[in-house]
Amino acid sequence: MASGAMETEIGRPIERHKRLVDGLLEGARYSPRDAMPDYSHLDELENQSIFILREAFNKFSNLAMLWSIGKDSSVLLWLARKAFFGHVPIPCVHVDTNYKIPEMIAFRDRVADQWGLDLVVGQNKAALEAGTTFPQGTASRIECCTFLKRDGLQQVIEDNNFEAVILGIRRDEEGTRAKERYFSPRTKTFEWNFRDQPPELWDQFKTDFEPGTHLRIHPLLHWTELNIWEYIDREQIPITSLYFGDEGTRYRSLGCAPCTSGVQSNAVTVPEIIEELRNTNVAERSTRAQDQEAEDAFERLRASGYM
Amino acid sequence: MSHQDLKPFRVVIVGHVDHGKSTLVGRLFHDTGSLPDGKKEQIEAQCERRGVPFEWAFLMDALQAERDQNITIDTSQIWFNTDKRPYVIIDAPGHREFLKNMITGAASAEAALLLIAANEGVQEQSRRHGYLLSLLGIKQVTVIVNKMDLVDHSQTVFDEIESEYREFLGQIGLEPREFIPISAREGDNIASKSANTPWYEGSTIVEALDSFEAIAPLNDLPLRLPIQDIYRFDERRILAGRIEAGSLKVGDDLVFLPDRKVGTIKSIERWAAPSQDSAEAGESVGITLTDQIFVERGHVAVHKEQQPPVTNRFRANVFWMGARPLEEGRNYRLKLATQEVDCKVGVIERVIDASSLDMEAGTFVNKDDVAELILETRRPVALDVHSDIETLGRFVLVDGYDVSGGGIVIEPLPLVAEDAEKAADRIVQPQERQLRNGHISGVVRLHGRPGAGRTTIARALDRELFNRGIQAVVVQEADVQAGSLPDVVAALTRAGHVAILDVDSNEDLGFIETTLFGRVFEVALSAPADVCASRTHRSVEGFELPPSTFVTVPTDKIPVKETLGILLEKLLPEIRREWSVVAGNL
Ligand SMILES: Nc1nc2c(ncn2[C@@H]2O[C@H](COP(=O)(O)OP(=O)(O)O)[C@@H](O)[C@H]2O)c(=O)[nH]1
Ligand SMILES: [Mg+2]
Repeated sequence: MASGAMETEIGRPIERHKRLVDGLLEGARYSPRDAMPDYSHLDELENQSIFILREAFNKFSNLAMLWSIGKDSSVLLWLARKAFFGHVPIPCVHVDTNYKIPEMIAFRDRVADQWGLDLVVGQNKAALEAGTTFPQGTASRIECCTFLKRDGLQQVIEDNNFEAVILGIRRDEEGTRAKERYFSPRTKTFEWNFRDQPPELWDQFKTDFEPGTHLRIHPLLHWTELNIWEYIDREQIPITSLYFGDEGTRYRSLGCAPCTSGVQSNAVTVPEIIEELRNTNVAERSTRAQDQEAEDAFERLRASGYM
Repeated sequence: MSHQDLKPFRVVIVGHVDHGKSTLVGRLFHDTGSLPDGKKEQIEAQCERRGVPFEWAFLMDALQAERDQNITIDTSQIWFNTDKRPYVIIDAPGHREFLKNMITGAASAEAALLLIAANEGVQEQSRRHGYLLSLLGIKQVTVIVNKMDLVDHSQTVFDEIESEYREFLGQIGLEPREFIPISAREGDNIASKSANTPWYEGSTIVEALDSFEAIAPLNDLPLRLPIQDIYRFDERRILAGRIEAGSLKVGDDLVFLPDRKVGTIKSIERWAAPSQDSAEAGESVGITLTDQIFVERGHVAVHKEQQPPVTNRFRANVFWMGARPLEEGRNYRLKLATQEVDCKVGVIERVIDASSLDMEAGTFVNKDDVAELILETRRPVALDVHSDIETLGRFVLVDGYDVSGGGIVIEPLPLVAEDAEKAADRIVQPQERQLRNGHISGVVRLHGRPGAGRTTIARALDRELFNRGIQAVVVQEADVQAGSLPDVVAALTRAGHVAILDVDSNEDLGFIETTLFGRVFEVALSAPADVCASRTHRSVEGFELPPSTFVTVPTDKIPVKETLGILLEKLLPEIRREWSVVAGNL
């Protein structure tokens, strides 16, 4: 199934990429092919995610969507436009750690402007000013994530009184996410009680809460990394150029510049990325340093409220 | 590859704790070359650190507590491929304490592998899980006899387990596809046939997986479109929902249940997708109608010729997951597709121990047990018998804030008039009145400049709410001349009414929510000063709309009828919504 409306300007390679994809035409990253591959297996995922987004929108009046600028949350944003017929009636929150790769911010502002998003940018200014960061600063890698991302998010949520936040996490990313629910309650202080999660069956989600509970909603939970790229290809969703190969490396997962590295890759189009993923045995988050610190580093981060 | 072969097939692995479920998943990944690079080394290091022999289960048991206690706590899902197709493997915990996690995992599966350890044989959770699979509607079940290495790969042991468990499944009407002897830890009969079981001629695990049949979409059934929401983001009024069965096309006449209003499909709305005049089961769609009839979340759109039963009483099979037992006579909230309604447990006909299949009469159902019972809903709901249309034949029960039970509809019963509440030896509580009325009480306070349409809207809203059985009443200036406004609305709220305020007021009405269990809805009619001035031929300067509002309606831009539509869409779900919580507090 090919897609209709596509915002061409945003699909255009930005600075760094222009020299790299030299000769590739606008949109050529997507499908310079005779016919689109059979992507019909994505229909069920798409319909399910739309269903979840609509449930969330119906049940919570003060709802926000976390937009990390990466591929997953860009797909999430696209699905929101599908769910709400071209509109994004939910504010999009970006937690800016100040260490994001500059292209990401440029991309964010262009998309937000073009799609008329209600963009809310959060930042833990106190931590940045106090210098409790990593590697420049006094914090360890994990503390830095805690301060800049978790606390940054918590602040935006408190400032705006958001009852629930939609996040683009997936089960196949790592072990603790594989155990998540679509609608996942957190305590006021953001803790995740993963030992006692609500049952979730037949798409009936937990939507009744004791006051003070905060909710995480995960519409992409059941997608895989490969599905994300297949969907980007099918729908021709604009995506930041950092994911595409540049002199033999590309980003597979985007985080903060100091803690994210590239993978070896020559993939410069979406179909090439898809081909690469079909043949890899390397875990997606292997380039995210905070996951590798200790066996349970990521679990502890998540239990305390990290996305 | 065909379409069905591109879509990951969902298989759940269930069985008694320690029988080797997590180990099987780890081994399956290894033997089919699906482990990410470095994963095996990582697990080796984790085992070494704990001073235990290599554990395949650590692949799935990602939580610290799980690895430390060597037990699966929560369900988890992981992807892998055979040569035939991709799979999602759902690992479910086997410990009784975590049954609701097992149910969460199994509810989304298309088929199940049920593990029984050869050295321990059929155990309590082996049976309980088997029963729950049948209640969850999972028909494809293959039984795996694991740890054959501990019984010297004995065919006799295998045969005994097979006949015992086959008989058990027979009692609950489940026909297993096959029984497979394996050793998960040693890799026997996982990806290839093992020399250790020369007497066995059936499938390996991989072959058994590949032989499961993908479940076809429910296109050929009667149409069931439960309405999820109504959108007015632009000039279109779109009814959104997922088609749970059947199909629809532009021009179809739809009946909206339970009200039985009729509307014709004008268009099927999609964004960034090829436009098409029809839609099928599984699609999250949007439709517009040629006429503007009142439709709200929870209505179910069907074709006239193929309507489901609409009733307030039905027989169901329920499994209970709540810490507090399910009780005869108690109120719960029923969620069936997008319908949400309070219900009462009528008669519990029999309570079934899901493990022993012992049946007895009883007035309550404990956690992890199953019962056949009669549910009575406060308002009629549209439903199907589970064996006809499963998506409209299953539901959950919410106790207080928690989803505590799941069930399937066995038989709809004739609609009945409601029983009178049992008389109690105490003062009637505000919540009781709300329960009786079927809606919460409180205040809808209309704000607007003179000329914004306050009186017109108040009267019309009163009529609309009245028509829907809601006890509403308009309060005007004359009504509050003798007493203070808070006193008047307090009395009305206590009496179970929804007071529509057509008066100038800015008093704090917070006490309605904190002490009277009511709700306050601030509604702004936002026609601007110049429009109001020209309507009333008077200056209306100096008026400020309150900052925090429930809904703002631009009464200068839209006609009264539409204003009412917006108010009803917003108000009705709220007014009817929260009273299961109310009931739980009684
Ligand atoms: N001897 C033997 N032990 C096994 C086999 N499969 C699993 N085990 C052991 O049984 C224990 C429980 O396994 P686990 O996979 O955690 O069981 P689960 O609770 O069903 O997930 C672990 O110590 C495994 O090493 C097997 O085929 N043979
Ligand atoms: Mg286990």
